Amino acid sequence: MNAPTHNRVAPANAALVSQLTGFPRADGRKGIRNIVVVAYMVECAHHVARQMVNAFPGQDVHLIGFTGCFPNDYADQVMRRLLTHPNVGAVLLVSLGCEGFNKYGLSSAVADSDRPVHTITIQENSGTRPSVRSGVEWISWALEHLAQQQRVPMAIDELVVATICGGSDSTSGISANPAVGVAFDTLIAAGSPCIFEETGELVGCEYHMQRRAVTPGLGDAIVATVAKAARYYTIMGHGSFSPGNADGGLTTQEEKSLGAYAKSGSSPIVGILKPGDQPAGGGLYLLDVVPDGEPRFGFPNVSDNAEIVELISCGAHITLFTTGRGSVVGSAISPVIKVCANPQTFERLSDDMDINAGKILTGEASLEEVGAEIVDAVLRVAAGEMSRSEDLGHQEFVLTYKQFDAVGPGCFPLRAA
Amino acid sequence: MSIATPVSSLLLMSAEDNCMIARTALAKGDTVVIDGQAVTLSQNILIGHKVARRALAVGDKVLRYGALIGSITAPVGIGEHIHTHNLESDYIPTYTLGQDGHHFLDKEAK
Repeated sequence: MNAPTHNRVAPANAALVSQLTGFPRADGRKGIRNIVVVAYMVECAHHVARQMVNAFPGQDVHLIGFTGCFPNDYADQVMRRLLTHPNVGAVLLVSLGCEGFNKYGLSSAVADSDRPVHTITIQENSGTRPSVRSGVEWISWALEHLAQQQRVPMAIDELVVATICGGSDSTSGISANPAVGVAFDTLIAAGSPCIFEETGELVGCEYHMQRRAVTPGLGDAIVATVAKAARYYTIMGHGSFSPGNADGGLTTQEEKSLGAYAKSGSSPIVGILKPGDQPAGGGLYLLDVVPDGEPRFGFPNVSDNAEIVELISCGAHITLFTTGRGSVVGSAISPVIKVCANPQTFERLSDDMDINAGKILTGEASLEEVGAEIVDAVLRVAAGEMSRSEDLGHQEFVLTYKQFDAVGPGCFPLRAA
Repeated sequence: MSIATPVSSLLLMSAEDNCMIARTALAKGDTVVIDGQAVTLSQNILIGHKVARRALAVGDKVLRYGALIGSITAPVGIGEHIHTHNLESDYIPTYTLGQDGHHFLDKEAK
């Protein structure tokens, strides 16, 4: 397979770039949203936390959490990154009181990031009703506090954009995925960090990716990462392939992979991230989502939202979600923009879709035109316009148990340089 | 057909490919053009599904985007549907879900 080549990368719409704004954070990053996040520390605190959030319908109050009672380094790291994500303005932790999650460390990390943070422990707060009441009071205070904060100008290279595909069919690899690739090339040329992921859906593409790596060491690390994914999925007994993929005309894992791979565009690959790692500047990054070591806690990613959460933990402000069969999900914390690959699906689910990339198949638009449309949508949503899934109230969130080793020295050639 | 279709009904993703992709839903009996040759479809083909660009034998590798996507497990004629009934992964079996339950079709096709 030859590398996709574009003679010229189209520049982003200058008028929209000049209108980009964000909320400044103490670490120097900027957020495109200013959200109060309510995080439950164990499933036992989920209902109480949800009751608090339900008191603020249509407002920027999002619910996230961790279901397990056993501590896990990966979940701790991802949760810290999420609660100090630039789109987050204030944090309320909801604890039952006896769970294993390190709420003290989490609270300190958020306080150190110069954000308001408060913990409500249900066992010390007289149970469900008083805890919900206290939580609602604190959230009301936090919303008033955040309403005083102003947006400031933001440069396009401060914007981190991620991509994922879900509910893929055979059209995904022809229209939506390569169009996102075109958009990625434009954003990367403008200096933005862009992240693609799911090494289990890149099985068969490893040697092509190796040739796109900026150093031989990184190229070798990419091949090893995909080999790890192939082995892991083989032991689990399933590829990263769902029955709907086959209904949509995809026959094999490698066919799905090639289509998924098109989302990465044609820019050089500058690094490998693991969940929670932050990009070291602009360029294209591969997120390794498959755990290290022997399979321990089950499937690498139980569903698409688990991957979106990991992309957000790497600092993604916006996720471009391509779909052929028609996914409707959004996410807590960072907006999801839906790019629909299949023109028939777009007709059925148009209310859920931001971009109709099916126009490429019907001959109504070129890949380059849809790529530019995606970049425009990214800039508009970054400036404050709601994506379809945000407008519909989608705030899905999944965080599970995993085991990771730190990335090797070859994975971050630019940071090492 | 009296009205010329604005775009071809089949997409060739890369010059070396031996399959083509339906860019719209096609019906049994429709005539498609494959490398200048008129071929009448022997079954319905859904949007995005693959048809053979030439006859393929068991063990042949299928190319899409100029890249390998698996091996043929049953003979395929030109213009015939290529899917889980005659193509399997060289990596990981494909799992599908029918009304009657779950199947690893690649394995059962053998």
